[in-house]
Amino acid sequence: MRNALKVLTLMLAVLMFMVPCYAGDTDGTLMMATTTSTDNTGLLDYLAPYFEKDTGIDLRWTAVGTGKALRLGQNCDVDVLLVHAPPAEKQYVADGYGINRLEVMYNDFVIIGPPSDPAGVAGKSVTAAMKAIAEAQAVFASRGDDSGTNKKEITLWDNAGMGVPEKVAWYRQTGQGMLATINIAAEQSAYTMTDRGTYIKYSHNAGGNPPLNILVEGDDILKNQYSVIAVNPANCSDVNFIDAMTFAKWLTRTETQERIGAFELLGKKLFIPNAH
Amino acid sequence: MEFIAEGFVKAVVLLLQGDAETWSAIVVTLRVTMLSMTASLLLGIPLGFLLGYQPFAGRRQIRMVVDTLLFLPTVFVGLLVYAFISSRGPLGEAGLLFTVPGIAVGQTILALPIVMSLAASATEETAGRLRVTLMSLGANRRQLFLTSLWETRQGIVAAGLVACGRVMTEVGISMMVGGNIKWHTRTITTAIALETNKGLFAMGIALGMVLMVIAFSVNLGAMLLKRK
Repeated sequence: MRNALKVLTLMLAVLMFMVPCYAGDTDGTLMMATTTSTDNTGLLDYLAPYFEKDTGIDLRWTAVGTGKALRLGQNCDVDVLLVHAPPAEKQYVADGYGINRLEVMYNDFVIIGPPSDPAGVAGKSVTAAMKAIAEAQAVFASRGDDSGTNKKEITLWDNAGMGVPEKVAWYRQTGQGMLATINIAAEQSAYTMTDRGTYIKYSHNAGGNPPLNILVEGDDILKNQYSVIAVNPANCSDVNFIDAMTFAKWLTRTETQERIGAFELLGKKLFIPNAH
Repeated sequence: MEFIAEGFVKAVVLLLQGDAETWSAIVVTLRVTMLSMTASLLLGIPLGFLLGYQPFAGRRQIRMVVDTLLFLPTVFVGLLVYAFISSRGPLGEAGLLFTVPGIAVGQTILALPIVMSLAASATEETAGRLRVTLMSLGANRRQLFLTSLWETRQGIVAAGLVACGRVMTEVGISMMVGGNIKWHTRTITTAIALETNKGLFAMGIALGMVLMVIAFSVNLGAMLLKRK
């Protein structure tokens, strides 16, 4: 019995030392707050090794909604941001929390829904589609989490002249990430708005035969711009500004832009580089 | 439904093939749990024992507070700890945010009331039972104290197990304070949350099974400890 205990303790001790302790070691690391879409699609896992090879900087990121990402930067907890809510970002830079905002890439938002299309939105303009959904009281799943996607969706309701539908049975705020929200929409045969990248990833997960289809797309208002912003050292003295600038420069240089353009799933591009 | 069966198979594959990401999450989970359990047991057992050993003024009030803290929501603890260890917070200098020790701080706050409360209850029970017997056998106060401490060991192991279960399975603190950073602060539970968010349900189930395997080993260890 004692021996068994000894073996168990020894096994645990070995496990503890298998991975070196990372606590407090922040030299040569760049901490980024980014949105769930760049992480969930696998783009960052694809880019990070190239970045480390080119610059020797270890990139770490926490994937949260754009609202929380901006907040983490404001509190000086990260060095750089990769986010997608241009109006909020411009305000953020104007408030002095961020500096050197550079556009990196875009994809677009699409409205997806069940093939039966109960509100008859297929092929309509965005504004007409939003009105049709509200009129038909067709179930619509919203992120409801102040993310970049959620902010965009709110703009769409505003543009349709009705504001965000609150406290109505057909408008469901999930409070979760994009893929989780698409899954919820699929379960309820609901409409939802998503970035195209996440939708492609979702189709990929569903074996290329997803239960929800793209119904509305191609409107200018649906453009989804991603930008990199360095946390302002004037606001945060301890921030790793040099590496943040290196990262911004690296993301926008030609080779990286080409790599972003080459990132595909199911033979479809997820992001279109537009730094220059 | 079929993703559940798929998850079972995947769990075995992940463990046997030594999938690097899974093992990294397992190691992070064990390190965080070790740290927070060590801290909460070292603090909680003596405090819980004192709280349960004999009546003193204000004991019931303290007990009320400790028992109330049993209901601490993990996300709330995560937010509180974040407020303190954020760069802008009073303890920002320590650089604990997005680190394993940072998560452990939050989990210690979560586990401490559990250890204290359950250890106090166990002590109350054994000390009350032993006092009369031992006094009548002529034991002095010191002997009574030490015997009570020894006799409470089963209850204390149980307290540790309950706390360990809460700590190892929580998501709120790990997510908020750790940030779910791959290779660094991604625990099994934050990995489950992530995979579920990504719609990869089978992977989520597989990681859940992995966590249950770890839980089984912990309980096996505790059983051996009790049997002695």
